[in-house]
Amino acid sequence: MEFFRIKRDIPFMRHVLVFNVISMITFLAAVFFLVTRGLHLSIEFTGGTVLEVEYAQAADLEKVRTSVEALGLGEVQVQNFGTSRDVLIRVPVREDVKQSEVAARVFDALCKADSGQVESRQYTTPQGEQVARSACAAAGGAEPIKLSRTEFVGPSVGSELARDGALALLFTVIGIVIYLAVRFEWKFGVAGVIANLHDVVIILGFFAFFQWEFSLAVLAAVLAVLGYSVNESVVIFDRIRETFRKYRKLTTPQVIDHAITSTMSRTVITHGSTQMMVISMMLFGGPTLHYFAVALTIGILFGIYSSIFVASGITLWLKVKREDLVKPAKDHDPNDPNAGAVV
Amino acid sequence: MNRYPWWKYAILAIALVVGLLYTAPNFYGEAPAVQVSSGKATIKVDAALAQRVGEVLQQAGLAPDFVQFEGNSIKARFADTDAQIKAKDAISRALNPDPTDPGYIVALNLVSRSPAWMASIHALPMYLGLDLRGGVHFLMQVDMKSALTKKAEAISGDMRTLMRDKNIRHLGVTRDGNTVEVRFRDAESLAAARNLLADSVTEMEWTPSQDAGDFRLRGVLKPEAAFKVQEQALQQNITTLHNRVNELGTSEPVIQQQGVDRVVVQLPGVQDTARAKDIIGRTATLELRMVNESAEAQAAVTGAGPVPFGSERFLERNGQPIIVYRQVVLTGDNLTDAQPGFDGQTQEPTVNLTVDARGARIIRDVTRENVGKRMAILLFEKGKGEVVTAPVIRSELGARFQISGRMTTAEATDTALLLRAGSLAAPMEIIEERTIGPSLGADNIEKGFKSVMYGAIAIAVFMCSYYLLFGVFSTLALSFNLLLLVALLSMLQATLTLPGIAAIALTLGMAIDANVLINERVREELRRGVAPQQAIHLGYEHAWGTILDSNVTSLIAGIALLMFGSGPVRGFAVVHCLGILTSMFSAVMFSRGLVNFWYGRQKRLKSVSIGQVWRPEGGVAPAGER
Repeated sequence: MEFFRIKRDIPFMRHVLVFNVISMITFLAAVFFLVTRGLHLSIEFTGGTVLEVEYAQAADLEKVRTSVEALGLGEVQVQNFGTSRDVLIRVPVREDVKQSEVAARVFDALCKADSGQVESRQYTTPQGEQVARSACAAAGGAEPIKLSRTEFVGPSVGSELARDGALALLFTVIGIVIYLAVRFEWKFGVAGVIANLHDVVIILGFFAFFQWEFSLAVLAAVLAVLGYSVNESVVIFDRIRETFRKYRKLTTPQVIDHAITSTMSRTVITHGSTQMMVISMMLFGGPTLHYFAVALTIGILFGIYSSIFVASGITLWLKVKREDLVKPAKDHDPNDPNAGAVV
Repeated sequence: MNRYPWWKYAILAIALVVGLLYTAPNFYGEAPAVQVSSGKATIKVDAALAQRVGEVLQQAGLAPDFVQFEGNSIKARFADTDAQIKAKDAISRALNPDPTDPGYIVALNLVSRSPAWMASIHALPMYLGLDLRGGVHFLMQVDMKSALTKKAEAISGDMRTLMRDKNIRHLGVTRDGNTVEVRFRDAESLAAARNLLADSVTEMEWTPSQDAGDFRLRGVLKPEAAFKVQEQALQQNITTLHNRVNELGTSEPVIQQQGVDRVVVQLPGVQDTARAKDIIGRTATLELRMVNESAEAQAAVTGAGPVPFGSERFLERNGQPIIVYRQVVLTGDNLTDAQPGFDGQTQEPTVNLTVDARGARIIRDVTRENVGKRMAILLFEKGKGEVVTAPVIRSELGARFQISGRMTTAEATDTALLLRAGSLAAPMEIIEERTIGPSLGADNIEKGFKSVMYGAIAIAVFMCSYYLLFGVFSTLALSFNLLLLVALLSMLQATLTLPGIAAIALTLGMAIDANVLINERVREELRRGVAPQQAIHLGYEHAWGTILDSNVTSLIAGIALLMFGSGPVRGFAVVHCLGILTSMFSAVMFSRGLVNFWYGRQKRLKSVSIGQVWRPEGGVAPAGER
């Protein structure tokens, strides 16, 4: 099998202006949605309480909502999570409510709504581990609802996480610029980072547009994508450098075209493979990993696009030259691990 | 040229063996066990006790797989839950003759089923995070401001004593936040006090000021002293939490410092947050103060008059108001032990207290002067105080004394527990809380495992059909990567969480990049008509620089996550970073080893099984080739 049978270098750079305009429009759209709609931040960032409860039968969301709202905890969100029996309840932070008790109060209310009584149960699992949990006991020993998960985050922690996330992003960006500048040239560093920040903004734009929940896991995915799609740029930059060394007579756009064309096959196959893994996560990973996988998917798709068209385009705008990369004195340094092929 | 020296194969073989060895414990599953840990701060669990547990089990006719002393608990593993429960009963009967006052906590638990020799070389299964095994997680913030205030308060008390001893007359000591101020009548006493305090209270920076007959000495806590106070406060709180959590009988609690002023508490297997919070969230500080029994105070009790100056009004547990002096006689810091017991003469339940040397001196002084008066033990929870008990001092007391009267046995046990578990040096507040049900945990493991498995299979199938034999090598390298990663995680005993599993999946998906790069390069060389052996050599050589660059950039992002991430992100970052390192090793060195082993010996290699290599007519070289 050989997917890519390319006879000639594809003249990508001839259309660089068109690509850059497309990028610019997508980018601006993403920024627009980020500004107008904002991100739907998870409680990890905003602070608040989340409960995940499992009903014995399909849950009646309206009933759940009324019983939780009766507690007067502010704007409560109730939705299904994964299946129709699992319900996710989000309670925002309120100054006048003792936050660490919200989860217990909500569960208590839900239990009462199903004519049960919350009690503490201690039992031993079939494997032989002692477990204690609060259960909702109804008449006849039935358990109409089970508490699967609760999470409470204080508002101070939330804002700290948001700050740490921004710092991590900044650190990554600076680290990558420095590394690329040392390894290649500052122009590549700048181009690589702009291209990949463009990916990050677009991912965020998607999350803002669809109002998907932006959680810590998604943040991790975004940063992983940043590192990953810089890979893509690095592979192309490596080729550009090598082509500059090997083919002395080519013009800069021709060099870039050659580099992109010859790495094309690798680009598609690598991303395809990574995407297979991500799809597997989306299919089998359950609701917890869903948005993580979604963020990765968008990142991977735009990563290909931005490395090829945006990063290379920017290097062209920055007027990268043969001399930037090929230092005459080092041309045949046998100790240089990055020296071109000696064929 | 495609040959590895023997030592490179040796390295690979060692890595493979070590990888297998340390990955293996993860597949044994878990067996029922009984865990014995100390229920009291005064009781130590040691190897001798392990022997005793072994004897007890032998007498009960039970044959454990092993009885092991590890860390601060003893674990005995059994073949089935039946034997486990019998063993638990037998051990608790033998070790805790008085069930109302258990010295040891005997709990059911799970331990790895892996053979003992594996555990002895520290080949243990990965440590599963709470989201995979179920349990509760608390992040608690220590109120450092109040720790500092408390320190300043204690210093101002010391100052009064010091100045009284040296006969230095002053116009009063006041405290504001963590600064203290003394006013004097004249310059001489100011100078004398300054000399005295600068020598004996070194934690403070002393600055005198003089303003038109107003002589003041201001003390501010030095930064290093403040730092020390905070550190000690955190340490004491962690110790206290340990004691309290032990009361819960949880199998493997995690209590760790996080940052400067936070403590993480993780209790696997506990889902009952209410009870857990009840015990660990008992953010109480303990104080002993004298009860004000003057006429004004009596009037204040009934509501007929204001609370006298220098006193405060509190409620007793039965709701009865009581007036207590502000001055603190003793804090929980000086209390070393508290046990419930019975009075030998009256057969009344008592709480027996022991204080340290400093506390004993203070108690002796105070009680000598106050026989017949009442002393209150106050418990402060979140700034709100409550009088636990306010007994009458019957005689001069020493280092050991008891509280009796108006108590049931349960109350005595309760009070002792509160006092014994130690007081917190500073109040704490829960700022983050997570509970994960046990079924959800098992569910998460399955989901994570499935994601990795199906993703890896899809990649393997694709690689093998696209690159044929080289694809097989790449797949083997990928499996080797997974093996090393799991082995490394098990070796480091890093906590595996669901985001961690996601990171494993992502790492595998990204690691294949290196092999794709290599395989594409080899194909490219072949396309140019290079001889097969040469093509393999060049393919690996050219791809290496690119692989290194791309992994370093990924690693930068990973490290950023590790530095700034917390909770789930950290779990992701640890695995991500380790995965990048193992993938460099496996994708380059291991796959090259396989290729060398397979093709390296063949001198006249005609073709390489790397899938179809398509050659365009006239070659792909661009126009300007030199």
